[in-house]
Amino acid sequence: MRNAPAIGALVLLVAFPLAAKHWDQLFYVSFASRILIYALAASSLNLILGYGGMVSFGHAAFLGTGAYAVAILMAEGVSSAWVSWPLAILVSTLFALVIGAVSLRTRGVYFIMITLAFAQMIYYLFISLRAYGGEDGLNLAARSRLGFGLDLAGDLTFYYVVLSLVVGCLCLMQRLLDARFGQVVQAIRDNETRMEAIGFPTYRYKLICFALAGGAAGLAGALLANQNGFVSPNLMQWTQSGTLMVMVILGGVGYLYGGALGAAVFLVLEEALSAYTVHWQLGLGWALLAIVLYARQGVAGLLAGTAAGRR
Amino acid sequence: MAPPLLRVEGLLKHFGGVIATDRVDLSVRAGEVHALIGPNGAGKTTLIHQLSGALRADGGRIFFDERDITRAGLHQRVHLGVARSYQITSIFRGVTVVHNLVLAVLARSGSSLRFWQPLAREPALFEEARALAKQVGLGGRENLVAGRLAHGEQRQLEVGLALATRARLLLLDEPMAGLGPEESQRMVALIADLKGAIALLLVEHDMDAVFRLADRISVLDSGRIIASGTPEAIRNDEGVRRAYLGEGFA
Repeated sequence: MRNAPAIGALVLLVAFPLAAKHWDQLFYVSFASRILIYALAASSLNLILGYGGMVSFGHAAFLGTGAYAVAILMAEGVSSAWVSWPLAILVSTLFALVIGAVSLRTRGVYFIMITLAFAQMIYYLFISLRAYGGEDGLNLAARSRLGFGLDLAGDLTFYYVVLSLVVGCLCLMQRLLDARFGQVVQAIRDNETRMEAIGFPTYRYKLICFALAGGAAGLAGALLANQNGFVSPNLMQWTQSGTLMVMVILGGVGYLYGGALGAAVFLVLEEALSAYTVHWQLGLGWALLAIVLYARQGVAGLLAGTAAGRR
Repeated sequence: MAPPLLRVEGLLKHFGGVIATDRVDLSVRAGEVHALIGPNGAGKTTLIHQLSGALRADGGRIFFDERDITRAGLHQRVHLGVARSYQITSIFRGVTVVHNLVLAVLARSGSSLRFWQPLAREPALFEEARALAKQVGLGGRENLVAGRLAHGEQRQLEVGLALATRARLLLLDEPMAGLGPEESQRMVALIADLKGAIALLLVEHDMDAVFRLADRISVLDSGRIIASGTPEAIRNDEGVRRAYLGEGFA
């Protein structure tokens, strides 16, 4: 059964906070939430980069937009997660729709550059938002309210909410990739001209895919704002886009769990190495180099072995 | 007489100072095989690009089924009924033969903006794709990865992809390019099979095949149609012999 490892991982993820609580290491629960949130963000990038063949260098813009949507709404007194999280998704989707509509008219390096340029424009837009902290960012008064007796202020509750959302999104992504839409998008990645020559309006499919990925990144942003209790324009700086891209490459471009594995490896490496040295990025660089040189398919590719194909 | 399926009037294309298509008039009737021949660099592929919508013409007009399609894009023309194959094989190399054809069937089977139901659970698509595989001589090879097929089989799949669109006019750009004698024969048989059901505009260098298959032939030289007529008339045309066929051809 192809989902067996995933189910095993899910069991571990569900049990993890209980173990952490048992040994009084709740810090790690919060750290795990962070990994899960980045897993979602990186997976959404993997959807367009790995499956759609669209090398976007501006994905952090959607992450940051989602985060700001939650923070601004909270500053204005709207703290319900049921309002602010869907709105975060909606706004990020719309941003992606507009940016994608322009960017997808270009190819290759131009596409990389134009997505980067758009992301930087949004970065500076939020820097100029004095009312919401400008360059200094904005603190959240509290975590979003969920109702149903669930208090997100508790790290355990927050972890489980994040986990269910991330798992839900990955399930949706799997369905989508196996369905007509995902198959079309992947075929466009492999041979766009041919897809057009058999009658597909390829631009439209790519744009919808780009917008969906933007929306998913927006949800990750909404969660991240809650996790950090703070948002700042740094969330959408180009280095953040680079980080997401590195996660996808580490994890495995075009593998369903590539984004998640990459986020985990990246953040664990960061955490472990930064305990020893402030130059932790050097270690990360070596890891990235090793992956690019010796395991082009990333961690997911290594785990899947050579027998299984791209998933 | 019924109006032609495809009518091209004064088509013009230039790349900088080079005129690639020089006021081309051309017509293809429903169900006929119309061959387009001419020396290398005559502008045959450029013409196919314009007819399929991959390239915009700089002037002139293209009518399909009495409808002006000059401004329609590549994918729009497919839905109107004009599909093409490529001179350099353009297939989905990483997936199976049947998956290749499923994609082509998918393009005209309702919206593909479906995000939930797995494609693998749409048996009607696969049935049709298998029938197409058989039609282009790839029966029994359906589950092979397309990139691993022999060159000749890839050319057959290439035609299959165009055929899967159910277009009424296929633009075949050198379907026999690089084929061995046996593979060529299979391709000739395949095209002969289509004759009558679908109109074909066939660009080809293999003169035996052209004269065996074509109902009419147009000769392109330096972007201009220098002759157009039955195979018999073309064979005896002085200008064509000089430009292309050579004196020894009879």
